[in-house]
Amino acid sequence: MLRVRVALRRGAFALRARFDLPTPGVAALFGRSGCGKSTLINLIAGLLEPDEGFIAIDERVLLDTSSGIRIAAEARRIGYVFQDARLFPHLRVAANLRYAERRAAGARYVGFDEVSALLALEPLLERRVHQLSGGEKQRVAIGRALLGQPRLLLLDEPLTSLDGARREEVLPYLERLRDQLAVPMVYVSHQFDEVLRLATHVVLMDAGATIAEGEIGPMSLRPELRRIVGADAVGAVIDGEVRRVEADGGLAAVQIGDGELRLRAAGLAPGMRLRVQILARDVIVATGDPQGLSVRNAVRGTVRAIAADVADACLITIDVGGAEILARVTADAVRELALAEGLPVVALVKTVSISADRLRRL
Amino acid sequence: MIWLHPSERTALWLSLEVSVRSVLLGLPPAVLIAWLLARRRFPGRSLLDALVHLPLVLPPVAVGYLLLIVFGVRGPVGGWLHRVFGITLIFTPNGAALATAVMTFPVMVRAMRISLEHVDHGLEDAARMLGAGPLDRFATVTLPLMLPGILAGMIMAFSAGLGEFGAVITFVSNIPGETRTLPLALYTALQSPGGDAAAARLAAISITLGLTGLLFAEWFARRVRRMLGR
Repeated sequence: MLRVRVALRRGAFALRARFDLPTPGVAALFGRSGCGKSTLINLIAGLLEPDEGFIAIDERVLLDTSSGIRIAAEARRIGYVFQDARLFPHLRVAANLRYAERRAAGARYVGFDEVSALLALEPLLERRVHQLSGGEKQRVAIGRALLGQPRLLLLDEPLTSLDGARREEVLPYLERLRDQLAVPMVYVSHQFDEVLRLATHVVLMDAGATIAEGEIGPMSLRPELRRIVGADAVGAVIDGEVRRVEADGGLAAVQIGDGELRLRAAGLAPGMRLRVQILARDVIVATGDPQGLSVRNAVRGTVRAIAADVADACLITIDVGGAEILARVTADAVRELALAEGLPVVALVKTVSISADRLRRL
Repeated sequence: MIWLHPSERTALWLSLEVSVRSVLLGLPPAVLIAWLLARRRFPGRSLLDALVHLPLVLPPVAVGYLLLIVFGVRGPVGGWLHRVFGITLIFTPNGAALATAVMTFPVMVRAMRISLEHVDHGLEDAARMLGAGPLDRFATVTLPLMLPGILAGMIMAFSAGLGEFGAVITFVSNIPGETRTLPLALYTALQSPGGDAAAARLAAISITLGLTGLLFAEWFARRVRRMLGR
């Protein structure tokens, strides 16, 4: 368990943070730019000192201002992957990695060869830093941080400076890290799709404070999250299991709550567990069974809550039996359909709207 | 150099020797002060900065005079060096090196400081997160990345040192074979009847040395930039 409670005041900026991350696990620190995410991870790293606070990884206390414990950053055994990689330009890739390996303290759980294999670094080892692409730099930076044998890995928006294709060069490696090495990670991001793919735990930040934390499913329903991701990215994250795969169309039927959702994705097989985000703007609400529609997905449920959303729209929470999804509906429609809590409805989702970047295999 | 008069050759070698010694003398404090000025915030930082640059704006004769007061045989530091180590600076090549070091110190610190300011502070934080303590970070990240600036500063200080006149002649006088460096020999030649040809030869050497130093510094800087991919 990573436990963090810190408070810091610098002029007009105040930060107050409190969260716990079960280890091993990946916590996404999620919030708008400038809300204090980077400051918070610099505090965890020890590069900044809080006015007061307590930070511990499992039984090891790194900081406790009430009893005067302050472990220096260099002795915390925390790996840090910076947004701009920060590889040493005077050293080749291999030497950058060895730099970390030589200074690693404590139990070694991963070796040079394993790290190079895991992150596909072999072809890069003899290169100079300026001969690497952005994605390659980040992979080397991740490898270097790992070779320090960290108890915790901090990643400060490692993909932000990369474009879409380059991001895809790094994301799968981070997934491997989580699944194969089980290194606890705190991942700073303001892209929800990254959070969906990597995180087990979400910590929401706003205006210098942690405002909510929990598993990604329940967190995706929180109104605070809506403010951060923007109206178009609002949508429930739910887990489901693949029931069957239709041989011809490539459509897979996924059990979600009591209903079934059909979605199009490559490489799915029966029994596989999935996590998908269904965007609220892609869900249509009907009060009766629809007729003559091209929509492939109709899931029965009950209205749980109706909340005001952006301009003239409402967010409807629909319980589909053990899972909840969100739908955005205009205020007019709410009146016309007489939507109210407890009303049985059918949620319609277009198959193509569940794209690969909103889906994760569990 | 065959066509040089033996005394001129002596002056040339003495100049090179004094300049090398002045660079070696100034190097450690210059690295330290460049690092302090570029990386640390402390009270008196502006004053230190001004003191380092003082030789640039003072008349060199004034610097020589101050050195005489402090490092003369009766001076507070000079007297102590004489008593304890038997070192005399006044009228010696070492004294000339000291005067040259003081005069070229601003050039050296400036080059190192500018290069250090271009080194991303974040790299030191990255080293820190990998377990490197303060000295380790300085030796393995800061210093290597400062190295181009250090070498550029040394080359510049060496070249500038070859031409130091006022402070040297004031502090250690103009003694053939001891303190008569190239510019002093040039001055002496100009003061003697029929010394025009010697003065011209010495001036030509000075120009050649200065030009070589500047070109070398530039070539070196380009090479380093390429190596670091900037």
